[in-house]
Amino acid sequence: MSIQEILEKLKARFEGISFELVETKVDPFIKVPAKNIAEVAAFLKEDESLAFDSLMCLSGVDYPNTLVVVYHLFSFKHGHKLVLKVETPRDNPSVPTVENVWRTANWHEREAFDMFGIHFENHSDLRRILCPDDWEGYPLRKDYKTQEFYHGIRVEVAEPPDPLYEAKQKSKVDKAAKPTGTSATKAAKPDSKATTEKKAE
Amino acid sequence: MKLLESTFRDNILITRVDYFLNWARLSSLWPMLFGLACCAIEMMATGAARYDLDRFGAGVFRGTPRQSDLMIVAGTVTIKMSSRLKLLYEQMPEPKYVISMGSCATSGGPYWQHGYHVLKGVDLVVPVDVYVPGCPPRPESLIEGVLKLQEKIRNERLLARGISSVMAS
Amino acid sequence: MLETADLLKEGIKEELKSDEMLLNMGPQHPSTHGVLRLVLRTDGEVVKEAVPHIGYLHRCFEKHAENVTYPQVIPYTDRMDYVGSMNNALGYVIAVEKLMGIKVPERAEYIRVIVAELNRIASHLLAFGTYGLDIGAFTPFMHAFRDREKILDLFEEASGARLLYNYPRIGGVAKDVPPGWLEKTRAFIDYFKPKIKEYNDLLTFNKIFIERTANVGVLPLDLAISYGVTGPNLRGSGMKWDLRRNDPYSIYDRFEFDIPVGTGEMGTVGDCWDRYWVRIREMGESIKIIRQALDQIPAGEVMAPEGLKAIKPPKGEVYVRTETPRGELGYYLISDGSQQPYRLKVRSPCFTAMSVFHEIARGGMIADMVAIVGSLDIVLGEIDR
Repeated sequence: MSIQEILEKLKARFEGISFELVETKVDPFIKVPAKNIAEVAAFLKEDESLAFDSLMCLSGVDYPNTLVVVYHLFSFKHGHKLVLKVETPRDNPSVPTVENVWRTANWHEREAFDMFGIHFENHSDLRRILCPDDWEGYPLRKDYKTQEFYHGIRVEVAEPPDPLYEAKQKSKVDKAAKPTGTSATKAAKPDSKATTEKKAE
Repeated sequence: MKLLESTFRDNILITRVDYFLNWARLSSLWPMLFGLACCAIEMMATGAARYDLDRFGAGVFRGTPRQSDLMIVAGTVTIKMSSRLKLLYEQMPEPKYVISMGSCATSGGPYWQHGYHVLKGVDLVVPVDVYVPGCPPRPESLIEGVLKLQEKIRNERLLARGISSVMAS
Repeated sequence: MLETADLLKEGIKEELKSDEMLLNMGPQHPSTHGVLRLVLRTDGEVVKEAVPHIGYLHRCFEKHAENVTYPQVIPYTDRMDYVGSMNNALGYVIAVEKLMGIKVPERAEYIRVIVAELNRIASHLLAFGTYGLDIGAFTPFMHAFRDREKILDLFEEASGARLLYNYPRIGGVAKDVPPGWLEKTRAFIDYFKPKIKEYNDLLTFNKIFIERTANVGVLPLDLAISYGVTGPNLRGSGMKWDLRRNDPYSIYDRFEFDIPVGTGEMGTVGDCWDRYWVRIREMGESIKIIRQALDQIPAGEVMAPEGLKAIKPPKGEVYVRTETPRGELGYYLISDGSQQPYRLKVRSPCFTAMSVFHEIARGGMIADMVAIVGSLDIVLGEIDR
């Protein structure tokens, strides 16, 4: 069944909901309002002529203004595919869960929650799945800043070697009232070369 | 057998106690089965048919840290894993050694720059004796690492260290 | 006397009320195939509930993919499923090629199929060897590695590496295979074919092995589909489904091969033995494919001209799925027209296979957990990415 036919079927079944078909070069997709995704998903699975019994992939995407959840569906029975997308605002993102339709969504949604901070309503067990439970931030968001320490372990993402690194560390230590830990003692070592370079800058 | 008996009967073998102890230890290194990622497959290959780590007395992979004296950190150590790694290291009986196998364990490897969840070097958590470079290191490299470690053990002075620490306390 | 016995019985009833116990298995455990942690709630020897905890090998693949150029992603895909590197890289390069509309030269397609199938054999050999190890048979491991090394030698000649190859490239393969390589591959498959019987004699039809795996960890088909389980695990549950046949990519539509499925020969359809047996038979099918590919391979270029320039796909997105040794590996690639992917999501077959674990583990014995994890043939690098 082609994507136009699927769209017609959806429109006939859900009259109040506005679907939007977006044609792209390779995979066209249908945009669904976030609050309706659960019922649409249930219909797509239950309807005999559609029978999307498999959720191939559920992924979060971070666009500049919105977070998007993408559902790749497939029907073993009919052999057709479908791509659905829902949009949700970046602050306070929330999408109903489809866990009750396809069980595999449980883990995929947990992953999207872990990586993007998308809250899935009515999810049975919405915890972080890959990162530790007390991890800060959502790593795959484009504006993600890595935390510096996790329980005393340095996690900072390495930047390309910076010739002024030690000087910068020193000024950081100077600013802080009480220097602690190994990094402070390291940085406190006098490094004339780095300081002069900083002055020159 | 007859020959051996007549040659070595009532003989005395003279050696240093340190040397003898070291020889015994280095000839039967028991590594812990600590595979984390890709390097674990090469570690298995090193222990398996073609490369046969047993030739160097280091092929008895143990499932538990309490029976092993060498930890081959084979693979990427993540932040989530690092506390467990330290715990396992502390469960090993002294004297214990660590081989950091592969560039991930050594410095974060290919995950060095953007890997927010990757520990940039296992030496941030446990002391490392031998670094084996490569991504993943070939079995020959790991064998070379084990040989290097044996060399290190051969020159150790365990008893002297024991005495000095007793004196200090 | 009778009274005492009755009292004793009562007493036993009262006193020996068994408590549930939480048992932590992993993340460092000899048979979890990596750093997987299972928390088992047990009642005596019976597992009431098994909760897998993953993420101990989360290496931020998707973050890396957003920060490096398209060709630079290939080494990272290799490191995801490090047992089936060729197949992983193949899926990724097909995704990029589809987005850019690159036509890959014939010879490169054939080389890709040959190395992918060789890698499938190597991966299944590892699965076979370590599964024996998990169950308590050490010898199959040695036999499997003996033959796996021969495949690695072939790979080393072609790509220069033993484990992580970076061989399939966008637009073709890194370089043509060296002279004599195809003959060596043919010699290998001639050598390897009778070995499968040896494996069967060693492990497959071993009485102890069957007792440990048949009727254990039964995965019903509807559950498998709902949880998105794919690959040999799905086929073990009795579904004749293989992307190489049902949704062909590359040139797989040109080859004749069977799709082995689980039939419940030793127990129930979808038990651990069925999943294992599917893998063993798949090695034979891979040999068939390699033989046909070796017969048909043409001479010519191995790289499309587009692949030599800077890779800059047009704006758009694509979802490509391929059949790796572990099942359906999907790449969801979004391009914003620059040299770096905007987003690359991986749909991992092991991730979904692991998510069904708590369902099939429920009610098993503690010793069965090892058998079930081994039969799912997971690679943690791909689950956690």
